[in-house]
Amino acid sequence: MKLKKHFDSKTVLLWITILLFFSMYIIGMVIYHDRGFANLQNFLNLFISNAGLIVISAGMTVVMITGGIDISVGSFVAMACMILADLMENKGLDASTAIFFVLIVGIVFGFVQGWFISYLKIQPFIMTLAGMFFARGMTAIISQDMINIQNKTFLAIASHKIYLPFGGYLNKHGKLILPYIYPTVIVALIALVIIFWMLRYTKLGRNIYAIGGNEQSAMLMGLDIKKTKLIAYTISGLCSGIGGTLFCLNTCSGFVEQAKGFEMDAIASAVIGGTLLTGGVGNVFGTLFGVLINGTIQSFITFQGTLSSWWVRISIAALLAFFIILQSIFAFITERRKGL
Amino acid sequence: MNQQLVRLTKKRLFMPILCLCIVLLINVIKTPDFFKITVREGVFYGYIIDVINRASELVILAVGMTLCIASSAGTDISVGAVMAVAAAVCCSILAGGQVSVTAYQNPYIIAVLAALGVAVLCGAFNGFLVANLKIQPMVATLILFTAGRGIAQLITNGQITYVRVSSYKLLGANIPGVPLPTSVFVAILVIIIAQTILRKTSLGMYIEAVGINAKASRLVGLKSTAIIFLTYVICGLCAGISGIIMSSRIYSADANNIGLLMELDAILAVALGGNNLAGGRFSMTGSIIGAYTIQALTTTLYAMGVSADQIPVYKALVVIVIVSLQSEVVKAKFNDIKKKHESRKTLVATVEVQ
Repeated sequence: MKLKKHFDSKTVLLWITILLFFSMYIIGMVIYHDRGFANLQNFLNLFISNAGLIVISAGMTVVMITGGIDISVGSFVAMACMILADLMENKGLDASTAIFFVLIVGIVFGFVQGWFISYLKIQPFIMTLAGMFFARGMTAIISQDMINIQNKTFLAIASHKIYLPFGGYLNKHGKLILPYIYPTVIVALIALVIIFWMLRYTKLGRNIYAIGGNEQSAMLMGLDIKKTKLIAYTISGLCSGIGGTLFCLNTCSGFVEQAKGFEMDAIASAVIGGTLLTGGVGNVFGTLFGVLINGTIQSFITFQGTLSSWWVRISIAALLAFFIILQSIFAFITERRKGL
Repeated sequence: MNQQLVRLTKKRLFMPILCLCIVLLINVIKTPDFFKITVREGVFYGYIIDVINRASELVILAVGMTLCIASSAGTDISVGAVMAVAAAVCCSILAGGQVSVTAYQNPYIIAVLAALGVAVLCGAFNGFLVANLKIQPMVATLILFTAGRGIAQLITNGQITYVRVSSYKLLGANIPGVPLPTSVFVAILVIIIAQTILRKTSLGMYIEAVGINAKASRLVGLKSTAIIFLTYVICGLCAGISGIIMSSRIYSADANNIGLLMELDAILAVALGGNNLAGGRFSMTGSIIGAYTIQALTTTLYAMGVSADQIPVYKALVVIVIVSLQSEVVKAKFNDIKKKHESRKTLVATVEVQ
């Protein structure tokens, strides 16, 4: 009975995800053991290169739990990078002001989209599709050319290594090499924990789950659906702002084509992590595993060396399709059980 | 007079035609020779011809998209990627695996049929997810939305495949002796076929019935799953046709750029045509007018010196305005205002009588 409780259709997807991640990672360790796949640093690189994606996917999870979706995040990341680059390089602002500005823009962007979706009842997909094109176009309006960031403070934050006190190894010269992370990873994990706490232990979080579970009964219970949805999209906007900044710390440049298909990665991470597309079910730690799977596929392709980068997109899309189909099968089974 | 005006505004196609007229009017003011058509070497040239020509792909996409939206209340956002896939298949078969050829390596008809076949397969994949697995259309088509360009890259080996054969360019240009671009005729042909099928068979009515209430229509004996599936297949086919036209225009398969950002345009065309994005009743004519309006808008923006990268901003704003005006909340507000106005009128009338 207890086992059954742990393996109902809602959590079983999460278990599949965790299992998939570990088995993929172990397979990687076996195939590429001579190229350092098993190093702790390689594992940490998953977090380093995907810090922005972790925060954005967490925001996406919040929106998806309400039963909505936000596909503007990828374009917003490009816009955030461009704004940062433009403010620091062309307008001469200092790094902290620029980052603050981007976060405000993120909140406003999310708020406006959320307002249209919740108060005018426009389908989330259409609204955020428009938002996606708007942000991508705005990026081009700010600057058509690529801007490289040379701001000293920004670069200093970007390249500040934080060494871990354990897990090091001796190199050829007998020098101890410690594994490291960047500050972006810490920011990403803090954001993840805050969202986890918000979803799990606050009234707002419970409202978000309630709306996604059944909007009508949530309304009958007296929940303010419009306000909750508005807050959810604002959170997603803020997460896009933070995520965009972290992404920018990784790339240190802004250009129009940046972060293409990022929204797909974020949605795929949430879905693979067990968030139901119909809303009501989801967990940001599942999403974290979704991001890690995404990163593992990417590192597979880099380690292989002969495969092209579009294989990443194709394999993520295939995984997404697999999980979506799995979800609908589980939904079908639950419905049937209820019918009996 | 006033009543006639009211009756006119209530017509379904009033808004789409009004939008088109506004865009054209702006053009007449901005560029006086907008309607001027010149003949050079037996071929028509001019802004208007350019709009009609360039809109062909969008018109064909809009036909498919209208059916998808009508039947499933969801949009197919993979159309741009499917266009790229179809173009990649067509060009790589014609080029027989080489990067650039000056003569067909395989028969033209086989390449086109294969490309359309693959496009139909893509549509069937979307349709299967939406109709049989009941996945939200937008999420289901999101899979091909990004994977599609990757698949197209894979087919062309990551290169731009050129087919430098003059007969390949005919579809995107003019057939010698015919003053209008070929793509215009293809678009018209697609419209005629679609309209014939929808009018002469009951398919159009079935699609509307499924879109209004899939469950109810299943209970009266319609195979709602099959109908939704069919609309996605048609949408895939339409995307395939427009992909081939577009690749013919640039006589190559550019996986990164063919059909880029076309999905929003197609949705916008349907919305501009006065169709409800929540499914149900649809007007194909409206969507087609919408498609021409968008192309006119794009051409106008280009003429005003806006770069291709910046155009999405304006289109996004147009989408937001149109969709907001369509939303139930805004409509209800308008009705409230109208009712208040009318009740005040009757009140005034009764007071006057007394």
